[in-house]
Amino acid sequence: MSNTAVKPRIEKIPLKEKLFQKLPVFLVPVLALTGLAAIGNPSSWLTLTVAGLAMGMMIFIMASGLTVVFGLMDVINFGHGAFVAVGAFVGFTVLAWLAGWTASPSVMLNLAAVLIAILAAMLITGLLGLAFERVIVMPVYGEHLKQILVTMGGLIVAQQMIYVVWGPDELHISRPQALQGSFVIGEAAIEKYRLVAVAIGLALFLAMRHILKKTKIGLLVRAGVENGEMVEALGYRIRRLFLIVFMTGSALAGLGGVMWGLYQETITAHMGSEIMVLVFIVVIIGGLGSVEGCFIGAMLVGLLANYTAFLAPKVALISTIALMVVILMWRPQGLYPVVKAK
Amino acid sequence: MLTRLLSGDTPRSGLLTALLLIVLISLAFAPFLFPGTRSLETAARICIFIVLVASYDLLLGYAGIVSFAHTMFFGIGAYGTALALSTTGPGYGSLIWGTAAGAVVAAVFALAIGLFSLRVKAIFFAMVTLAVASAFAVFVSQMSWLTGGEDGLNYKIPRELTPAFKLIDEKILGVRINGKLLAYYLVFFVSAILFLVMLRIVNSPFGRTLKAVRDNAFRAEAIGYRVVWYRTTATILSAVMAALAGSLLAIWLRYTGPATTLSMEIMIDILLMVVIGGMGTLYGAVLGATLFILAQTYLQTLMGVAADASSAVPLFSTLVAPERWLLWLGVLFILSVYFFPSGIVGRLRAGRA
Amino acid sequence: MMAEALLTLSGVHTHIGPYHILQGVDLVVPEGGVTVLLGRNGAGKTTTLRTIMGLWNASKGDIRFDDHLITRLATPEISRRGIALVPEDMGIFTDLTVAENMILAAASGPLDAKRLEWIKELFPPIGTFWNSSAGTLSGGQKQMLSVARAIIEPRRLILIDEPTKGLAPAIIKAMTDALRELKETDTTILLVEQNFAMASGIGDTVAVMDDGRIIHSGSMKELAGDAALQEKLMGLSLEAHQ
Repeated sequence: MSNTAVKPRIEKIPLKEKLFQKLPVFLVPVLALTGLAAIGNPSSWLTLTVAGLAMGMMIFIMASGLTVVFGLMDVINFGHGAFVAVGAFVGFTVLAWLAGWTASPSVMLNLAAVLIAILAAMLITGLLGLAFERVIVMPVYGEHLKQILVTMGGLIVAQQMIYVVWGPDELHISRPQALQGSFVIGEAAIEKYRLVAVAIGLALFLAMRHILKKTKIGLLVRAGVENGEMVEALGYRIRRLFLIVFMTGSALAGLGGVMWGLYQETITAHMGSEIMVLVFIVVIIGGLGSVEGCFIGAMLVGLLANYTAFLAPKVALISTIALMVVILMWRPQGLYPVVKAK
Repeated sequence: MLTRLLSGDTPRSGLLTALLLIVLISLAFAPFLFPGTRSLETAARICIFIVLVASYDLLLGYAGIVSFAHTMFFGIGAYGTALALSTTGPGYGSLIWGTAAGAVVAAVFALAIGLFSLRVKAIFFAMVTLAVASAFAVFVSQMSWLTGGEDGLNYKIPRELTPAFKLIDEKILGVRINGKLLAYYLVFFVSAILFLVMLRIVNSPFGRTLKAVRDNAFRAEAIGYRVVWYRTTATILSAVMAALAGSLLAIWLRYTGPATTLSMEIMIDILLMVVIGGMGTLYGAVLGATLFILAQTYLQTLMGVAADASSAVPLFSTLVAPERWLLWLGVLFILSVYFFPSGIVGRLRAGRA
Repeated sequence: MMAEALLTLSGVHTHIGPYHILQGVDLVVPEGGVTVLLGRNGAGKTTTLRTIMGLWNASKGDIRFDDHLITRLATPEISRRGIALVPEDMGIFTDLTVAENMILAAASGPLDAKRLEWIKELFPPIGTFWNSSAGTLSGGQKQMLSVARAIIEPRRLILIDEPTKGLAPAIIKAMTDALRELKETDTTILLVEQNFAMASGIGDTVAVMDDGRIIHSGSMKELAGDAALQEKLMGLSLEAHQ
């Protein structure tokens, strides 16, 4: 047979699709510029923008796992916040053990302590994710109502277990020396820690993109999002893929928990369910299941929350809800709706 | 006659009937059977929560929709009444218009959220309501010039409903017949009426269609039912009922604050009560709310004893500490969802000979 | 001419929700050649393929593949034993490129370059659109990709569900040619087809389904030459050219 029998119709669609793909990307600079106009003072704006991006990156770290898990497994884990809190508590415990390192003037020791705390938190939350997936989520695949209920139940139990293990009081810890203080650029003060958060978030986003686009496991995840049955029919054990992704998502929540904890320097057992509100808003804005959408949504929410906290502090959280409403009126499934075969 | 009052939806189990009768009689004669302020507080709380939980079941059990905004509607009702009483004085007029305003605002909110997010997916609705309700709670506590912020509002209610008002001088069965007693019976009868109304709703053609939509939205749509319309209407009805329950609470407590109406903890409590009592049966709400609140009030004391007794075993004593009772409820909740999703009522009905 | 049975279904029942779809299917697919599964819409052909693949579980009965019981195996295990499925909806990963679809299809390792060349000869669009998003392919190209995925690794049995559905005649011919060539290799094909002209041109044995049961099985030659029999078996000839 010849090629001409099958007309290529490659040219037309991508143009329209490209625009569809690119449009949301411009929202971030548009919001940043609107913020500049509203705030007026460039140095306050710079401080707020960095703070907003840092907050956005941390939310992204926590939300990315949730959204990928949803895309692949069609499960929204309402207990995801528990991993955030557990991660923070484990991280703080490790940092407390390493108090000698964090108080030391050596930058290397400081960073080593934080790194160990992060790894410990990710390990524990990853294992917790394993237990959660096997015990709580696995029996209710495909049943949304039950999923919401049992994962909520899991959240209650996990929060209570934090009380049992760490006691009812909130924990305080100071950031290590190297992560305290700010750089001053002109009149704007930029906290070092925020830059670190932005760097980690960006690195994670790029790594996730790379994994999803270039590795076989990433391809499997994307294929599984669209048609899990076909992935199985090709010979892959999708349950194992689910477990890996769920554990990774949980570990990322743990990472986010440590970072958020170090940002606030105070953690409570309820921090997870509080931050979950922002995480949900971000996931909804981005389109359930989309990593790119989640990233853009997180930055939008981070920036908006910081701008409004400066301009009209009382409506900070409401403003993010308003943002969600506006985005959903524009694209009812979020910025990047995820294609599902069924 | 009785069957008609129950809209033909009888308990259909001897044990269940007996339990419900015990609850009914206990609540109806609570001031005389269990004298004392604490037990009267508990009884009124049970009445109000039966309405609140039943209205949530309307949504979760009958429409198959998970909402996390139920306390928001509860709070809107409570704040409506509270604001009316504190701004326009403790008259019946302000009580009524405040309650009505609360119900209307709740309905409008429910309509907006329903139209907005019920088209998509159950999960979507759950996430949106969680976000909106949390933001609302924060918003209310920040509008302190209006709502009293975290401290909430204290206000006067009509004098006839306060302990200061004496209906007759002598005691009956050792109980003082005062305004507090009247307030209790106001709560009791309004709750009973609201419950019967909800029973009527779920047994009407509307209620049956709702269940059909829950079981197979796709098919219901194909037959020609407008699924979004049914779901949104259910959301509105449920919100209005929750708001009315909130108004009752506002009248009873003479105080309204974020912690008693809007908090996520209450939302979780409602979820636990519905699921443990039995989803999709309003009687489950009665049993769930009663057991839960009794446990909340009295079981914690018992656990305190257990914790003291086992203080020699460190981890165990922390696990049974009264503050940790939610841990066990959470475990019970998960087990209920897996193994008996129809809750206590479902068990009782299945077990009938 | 009857070769040994590669796949045997005996008394297979499948329930989907409240519906009892397969009601005791007995089917023998001999090794080598093409077995065509015919039947009107709703007869249970797709369900049969999905049950073999383990995507739906048989509630009763046995499925034997190469003398091993596979009834209770999970789909990935069935796939690893050498059965591939080309589903009715083609199951293309539209978010991925053609290349990525093929990479995933080679589940046991990297792409076999020689085999890939052969596939590109069978289906030239696979090569032409190698780096394009699979979502932008036309229906016929998607069908080719779906078959290509199923044969990128050597398989013993390929289940193909209506590969010509809704396709233009030129593409149907290309598909038929490809299947014929595939037959020459060591591959057994179980083909669900409504297009009798195509089915009779390529099939060696045939089974006809109705109401969840096999109501006739035999050689294709016999059925193709017997118009009365075709008429009797649900008026196949009427549906032959849709």
